[in-house]
Amino acid sequence: MAKLLDVQNLEVTYHGKKLGRSGFKALKGVSLDIRPGETVGLVGESGCGKTTLGRAILGLAPVTAGQLIFEGKDIAHATRMERKEIARDMQVVFQDPFTSLNPSMSIEQILSEPLRAQGVVAAEAQARVRELLDAVALPSDAGQRRAKEFSGGQRQRIAIARALALNPKLIVADEPVSALDLSTSARVLDLFLEIQQRTGVAYLFISHDLAVVRHVSHRVAVMYGGEIVEWGGGDQVTSNPQHDYSKRLMMASPVPHPRLQAERRRQREALLASQNLEAK
Amino acid sequence: MTTNLISMLRDPNQKERNLFYKVITNPVGAFSSAMVLVFTLVALFARAIMPYDPLVSDYNALSLDPTPAHIMGTDDLGHDIFSRMILGTQFTISGALLCVSIALLVGCTLGLLAGYFGGFWDSVGNWLSNILQALPGLVVLLAAAAVLGNNLYLAMAIYGFLLSPAFFRLMFVTVRGVRNEIYVDAARVSGLSDFAIITRHVLGVVRAPIIIQSGIVASIAISIQSGLQFLGFGTTDTISWGSLLMDGFANIWNHPVRLLWPSIGLALLLVSIVLFATTLRDEVERSGVRVRRSTRKSLQAHVRTEAAIPAIVHAEADRVGAEILSIKNLEIGYLQGRGNYKVVVHDGNLSIHKGEVVGLVGESGSGKTQTALALLGLLPQGGTVLGGAIEFEGNDLAQISAKEFDRLRGRRISYIPQEPMSNLDPSFTIGSQMVEPLRAVMKLGKAEAKARALELLSMVGLPNPEKTFRSYPHEISGGQAQRVLIAKALSCGPDLIIADEPTTALDVTIQAEILDVLRNLQKRTGVAILLVTHNFGVVADLCDRVAVMQHGRVIESGGIYDIFDNPQHQYTRELLGAILDENGPAREPYEEKENA
Repeated sequence: MAKLLDVQNLEVTYHGKKLGRSGFKALKGVSLDIRPGETVGLVGESGCGKTTLGRAILGLAPVTAGQLIFEGKDIAHATRMERKEIARDMQVVFQDPFTSLNPSMSIEQILSEPLRAQGVVAAEAQARVRELLDAVALPSDAGQRRAKEFSGGQRQRIAIARALALNPKLIVADEPVSALDLSTSARVLDLFLEIQQRTGVAYLFISHDLAVVRHVSHRVAVMYGGEIVEWGGGDQVTSNPQHDYSKRLMMASPVPHPRLQAERRRQREALLASQNLEAK
Repeated sequence: MTTNLISMLRDPNQKERNLFYKVITNPVGAFSSAMVLVFTLVALFARAIMPYDPLVSDYNALSLDPTPAHIMGTDDLGHDIFSRMILGTQFTISGALLCVSIALLVGCTLGLLAGYFGGFWDSVGNWLSNILQALPGLVVLLAAAAVLGNNLYLAMAIYGFLLSPAFFRLMFVTVRGVRNEIYVDAARVSGLSDFAIITRHVLGVVRAPIIIQSGIVASIAISIQSGLQFLGFGTTDTISWGSLLMDGFANIWNHPVRLLWPSIGLALLLVSIVLFATTLRDEVERSGVRVRRSTRKSLQAHVRTEAAIPAIVHAEADRVGAEILSIKNLEIGYLQGRGNYKVVVHDGNLSIHKGEVVGLVGESGSGKTQTALALLGLLPQGGTVLGGAIEFEGNDLAQISAKEFDRLRGRRISYIPQEPMSNLDPSFTIGSQMVEPLRAVMKLGKAEAKARALELLSMVGLPNPEKTFRSYPHEISGGQAQRVLIAKALSCGPDLIIADEPTTALDVTIQAEILDVLRNLQKRTGVAILLVTHNFGVVADLCDRVAVMQHGRVIESGGIYDIFDNPQHQYTRELLGAILDENGPAREPYEEKENA
């Protein structure tokens, strides 16, 4: 089967500034793959390395070992010029819609930036910006305004529009809804799914929320301590996890109903007892 | 929500004015730019304006005080002081310009390279800047004069180099900050070159502080230059305000007025430059249009339509215990100037009985945190309870003074915050932060307080209370810090704990542990808890009752099963409907597209 992205034994080590100190190994040999048009969910807690994996794929974190094969080419150590080529096919949506948009630029400037970087002429870029605003259901006059005039959900739509500008084949979405309110986040997730159906883009969807990942992902990887501890079909991993940690993660997520949650709590206690961990 | 309203209300015809217009319509800007313009014109056309040749002595007019012919008088050699002042402007301004340009060029370039690329440039830039800062400027200038000759322009150029660290530091720190912004990462992923990122994203942020700094450096340059000439630097044919100062000082006893002219000139020029830079910075930074009145009006209109639908209160048959807190028609507003308030909470109704856990849920901006802060008497600056009552144990918290609040807060009502780490003082041990309130509030002795603190720490499930007691906040994890704050909240045996999103900042597995701690302690002590949260899972886990807020108003409240099984208000249904349930359908398996 054709793979869009194939990550093989990827390692990322952050070196401290001081000599003689061994660096921090954020990824300890991670392997996963993404097929065209597929959503791969990546769950785990803060510090487990899920964000680092996303950044490594985007060329924002130093790869120390392993391979990143994107459309048949190893891009683990791509130069800036090669990255510019890759940028056409690989984009990003970050978690915080408040800091991922430059506050001093208009929305049109933000959206046309990736287009201009690829040498699209101004008039064409402008037309594309209108298309993009339309695609993420923002009014077409939004282009003249600045990011601070929009709510969190609208800003995240702008960030998604920026990611879509070059018709990429893969979007790395790093906790794209965790800063948003409940009802806003549901609408933004629907937008992600709708765009995927329309354009066939693949997502690496990073989140700490099992329910969100379950909703959007074809396959799910659970990360813990810089490693993937479980990897499989979305339904299976999020409803019947096998690894001890994945089980704990699932049992710790509260169910939004008092009766079901009471049941979940009992299951969690039993699980922790069976894993010889104490519930407090 | 508010941003939404504002953006919709903005008048599309209101265009952003250009910078020049904005500066000259600002009163300070108009004054300072006019002054800077006058000084510049005088400097440019000095030779045309001056009434006498300032280098030619008039032996019939030696040492005159101001007369109609020589409005500022003449000096000992019969030079017209007014003409010398005018010609002096030329050198004073050009010298300062030279100095600032060199400082800008050297400092900004190095600062940009060091801040953006780091590594080699970081080392070189910081090393150079440290050396330059350590050099005594005036001594270097005097030494340079001895070696390179007595040339004031050369001296100002050298001084510009010496002042460059002022720009380097600023540029370095600002650029390094911008470099870590997520939007710069996004630009890199978009395939922008470093040059494009610097010109588009970095320079826009640094220009404002650089403008201010240039104003300051220009004033320093002018002062130093006058100082140098005052010390006798430069040749007698370079006329500047500094040399006039020297002449004035020499004649301070017989002709004190001569000291006045250059002093006034310098003071006016320095003030204008700094004010001009400040206004320019302010106007460069101020983008968009300020919206005031229209927004407030529409918010109120919004409020009125909402109020038309009555709040839903479910039956209260199952409640036991006496009511300890009752909020009725609470209204909270923020002062917007000129006696106008922006109302953030209105129609707030809530009741808590002894031993209950009540969840206050809503989305951001719904007013749930404002309500909680009002209960603690901790509304931020400008926030006031405008109406309604908060009855707690026979006090109306909406009425009592700050002093009376101090007696309740921490004793009868305590607080668990959202960000555990920022609520512990990093410079004290956990132990001392726990013992201090126990001694002050409960009047316990030192040993007693310590014993009680250790007991509390073990109650919240910290495995090694002794060790935690001795630790500093940076030595413990976020989950442990939240346990410590729960222990602190419990320390004085309160009747009510306000917990504001106590688990939002924590990982799910830690959240489950903290919820367990809260549940066990609540059962053990019978304390009532008001749990402010946006997470219905947390509510389902812990709460007996729920109140739902929207647009500053409690729209529905009732027992936990009433709300989850039988929500009545449209908004509550929407919220519950928006929850992604893990029992809901997973994504259908991946199918390869034919042409993929």
